[in-house]
Amino acid sequence: MIAIIVSAILGVVLMFAGIFFPKSKTIRAIAVVAFAVLLGAGFIDFAHAGTPSEIYYNGMIVISTYGAWFNLLIIACGLMYLLIFNKSIADVGKNDAEYFALMLFIMCGVFLLSSYNHLLILFLGIEILSIPQYILAGSDKGNLKSNEASLKYFLMGAFSTGILLMGITLVYGGVGSFDIGTIAMTLQGAISALPLVGILFILIAFGFKVSAAPMHWWTADVYDGTPTAITPFMATIVKVGAFIGFIRLFHLSFGQLHQNWSVALAVLICLTMFIGNLTAVYQQSVKRMLAYSSIAQAGFMLLAVFSNNELAETSIIYYGVAYTLASLGVFAVLIKLKDYTFDGFNGLAKKDPVLAFTATISLLSLGGIPITAGFFAKYFLLKATLVQGQWIWLVVFAVIMAAVSVYYYLKVIRAMYFEEGTPEMLSPTTSIEKGLLILNAVLIILLGVFPDFILEYKASYMAIRDMLVS
Amino acid sequence: MILILLIILPIVLGALSFALEGKNAWYLGILSSLATILMSITALGQAKEGVTSVKYAWIKSIGADFSLSMDGLGFLMCLLTGIVFLLTFIVLSKKSEVTSGRFFGLMLLSQAGLLGVFLAYDAMLFYVFWELALIPVYFLCSLFGGENRIKASFKFFIYTFLGSLLMLVAIIYIAQQGSFSGFSWESFVATGADLGTTEQILLFAAFFIAFAIKMPIFPFHTWQPDTYEQSSTPVTIVLSALMVKMGLFAIILWLLPVLKGGTAYWMNVVLVLSVISIVYASCMALVQTNIKRLVAYSSIAHVGLMCAVLFAHPLDAMAADNIGLQGVVLQMFNHGINILGMWLLVYVIEDRLGTQDLNKMGGVAKIAPVFTVALVVVSLANIGLPLTNSFPAEFMMFTSLFTSSSTYAIGLTVFAGLAIILAAVYTLGMVQKVAFGGLKENTKSFKDLSWNEMVPLVIIMVGILAIGFYPNLLMDFIKTMM
Repeated sequence: MIAIIVSAILGVVLMFAGIFFPKSKTIRAIAVVAFAVLLGAGFIDFAHAGTPSEIYYNGMIVISTYGAWFNLLIIACGLMYLLIFNKSIADVGKNDAEYFALMLFIMCGVFLLSSYNHLLILFLGIEILSIPQYILAGSDKGNLKSNEASLKYFLMGAFSTGILLMGITLVYGGVGSFDIGTIAMTLQGAISALPLVGILFILIAFGFKVSAAPMHWWTADVYDGTPTAITPFMATIVKVGAFIGFIRLFHLSFGQLHQNWSVALAVLICLTMFIGNLTAVYQQSVKRMLAYSSIAQAGFMLLAVFSNNELAETSIIYYGVAYTLASLGVFAVLIKLKDYTFDGFNGLAKKDPVLAFTATISLLSLGGIPITAGFFAKYFLLKATLVQGQWIWLVVFAVIMAAVSVYYYLKVIRAMYFEEGTPEMLSPTTSIEKGLLILNAVLIILLGVFPDFILEYKASYMAIRDMLVS
Repeated sequence: MILILLIILPIVLGALSFALEGKNAWYLGILSSLATILMSITALGQAKEGVTSVKYAWIKSIGADFSLSMDGLGFLMCLLTGIVFLLTFIVLSKKSEVTSGRFFGLMLLSQAGLLGVFLAYDAMLFYVFWELALIPVYFLCSLFGGENRIKASFKFFIYTFLGSLLMLVAIIYIAQQGSFSGFSWESFVATGADLGTTEQILLFAAFFIAFAIKMPIFPFHTWQPDTYEQSSTPVTIVLSALMVKMGLFAIILWLLPVLKGGTAYWMNVVLVLSVISIVYASCMALVQTNIKRLVAYSSIAHVGLMCAVLFAHPLDAMAADNIGLQGVVLQMFNHGINILGMWLLVYVIEDRLGTQDLNKMGGVAKIAPVFTVALVVVSLANIGLPLTNSFPAEFMMFTSLFTSSSTYAIGLTVFAGLAIILAAVYTLGMVQKVAFGGLKENTKSFKDLSWNEMVPLVIIMVGILAIGFYPNLLMDFIKTMM
């Protein structure tokens, strides 16, 4: 709960910081400190999580160990994002403080989504998550593409929110409660058509938010149009946050009805992976390729929603972190380059070996090559789906799609290392940035070798606490 | 402990190499390969009941262990890895286009990956190393070699990666079946025995495609000639002398004992594919004018025979008296040595003449006698003539294939036997084109072998003849380890 409050307050603080501190450098420092403070808040939450005192507002918000662990990791990812990108974010436009403030508000939305116990809070979380994004997408005011992205995102987002509300209403109509525990209990008995239609509506609305096909049309334009410094935040942290809300509702409330929605979701997953991967193959711009690849990755993450078991719930956190870190590594290159086409990457390895190397690790992780985090991320989701039973074809399909994805990730590596050329860079990589990117790459590999750190989170928590105490 | 060191050392030295200049990195390469040979022998010395092993808990949540184990087969493969890298590096002691820090760094990383595959005793670990060996090799293929190398190695990577992913699904499936949950070899064997027939059949296909792409077996071979031709020859050596063995090794350790039912079901299909592989590759080798493609196809033919023999007796494949398996293991080692010799000679030719076209070669026997002797000896070994190392191995393999429980045993043996004749035709044809006939414009100044080329080739020739004269050198060892 502390993280939720602190993130909202810090957001307001940053907005005021924009008035009092004219220098962009000070504001960037404050933003980084704010995320560090948030990390501390997340840690305190995690320490208390799962106790009866962590139930708030008549059980509308419940901080579980699981949710708190997710919060902690997502804040850490956010901090990493800010450390690497803070300068680029500030360079997007004039309103530096607002960008960071909006990100803190988004974090607040994410925390709500990981701890709601009531459909109303779910709705609030989704909205708090979305509205700042519409603004962020349009933050490059002078750029037509950025404006287009913002408007498109807003219209689509508002539309999907309407569908979500409709779905919630129908579920309420059938069940008579907003409480996710009560919904689960009621749905055990005889089911009327009302909640089933509601579930379908909610499925579609969440599909919009996580860019599942066929609700994915906004993704490429929005990710492409949004300033490159903001896109990684939208494509990773926000998306993973939406997934946590998605999985929480479908496993806790609708888990009993798995057989009723599993086929629809399976079709959604196949479409998402197929369209995401196949379209990514044909992209000329790396940024658009990453947008489509994020659709494909969302398809993979949907497997976690699909697999109604505990393994899926822990592995979505792992996948989220692995995916976020890897995407940061790739976007860090993109932000340095003038030309976003594959040819623009030609010869980067000679010009900036560190940048190319960290990007390679990230791309291999996105492709799911062993000893990077991406491998076990995919592994655990595939395993969770197999545990579900009877869905082997889905696993095989996912695997083939993963092989396709390697094709376009490798194209970037190929351009960087094997093709001749001199990429035009906007600014040279500073040694601090290099250090951060190497740290990012090391984290990807460490998580890939020791996935238990995230999966066995209670043990990790004990280990961290023991280390701090001694 | 020594097994862990065996894998860690090349990784550390490889990482160091990236920061060094050519010659210093070369020293690290030599050091690493020598250490591999010595440590393999030491590890064998430490063996209890024929096996050295080490095991630590790795990922508790899925029951995967960091478990390494070296038995006789693993030892032979590790030894071969050390020898191949050592001799290749010796030839590269002079400066050439490939001898740079990153070349040796990537070579040593692939060395570590290969050793990991040969030592892993846990399916998850095996998979990780299987993939890990691929990445540095992909970079090597793409960085050094001919004009179309980037395209060829891209195809190679995608091909093998798709295969590995199918294997991954099979591994996950087996690991979560039954009461033995876990990835250890023992639990895989136990679980595999409990699986139903349909499951075995499907799982076998998933595993076999991954291995067939690696070996390669018809129709999964299309990446191979392109990649071999386009890669720089030292890289081709790693591909054909060692990475091919990964596929065979994996069949012996992870497929035959685990999926017995599946093996029995698919036996005839695999046998036929392998024999098609042999005949097809031999015919293709006949018409090649590019020396690298010729050797590449000849390699497919040899591997096809080994693969066929592994499936000749599916029911008692792992039995101690399976003469075919012994022959295959012997041939895996021999083929590594022979093909290494062949590629080193190709490397010398490329270095001197700057061409791979057989029609532009000729007559070097007069001016380069040492080279010619080496070429003839290695070629005879490639054909499998008596008194060379391949002869006893091929003899055992053909015996095994002939007595196979397959209904088509005799027909298959006849067709596979054709390959021996064809091998003689294309190999001797190559020798003739390279060494005999009149000297040509560009071959007039062909220099004979220098010391750094002579030493490895002499070692290889001694090996070929020693095992050829007295196969028991290795056979006794192979028999006791079964």
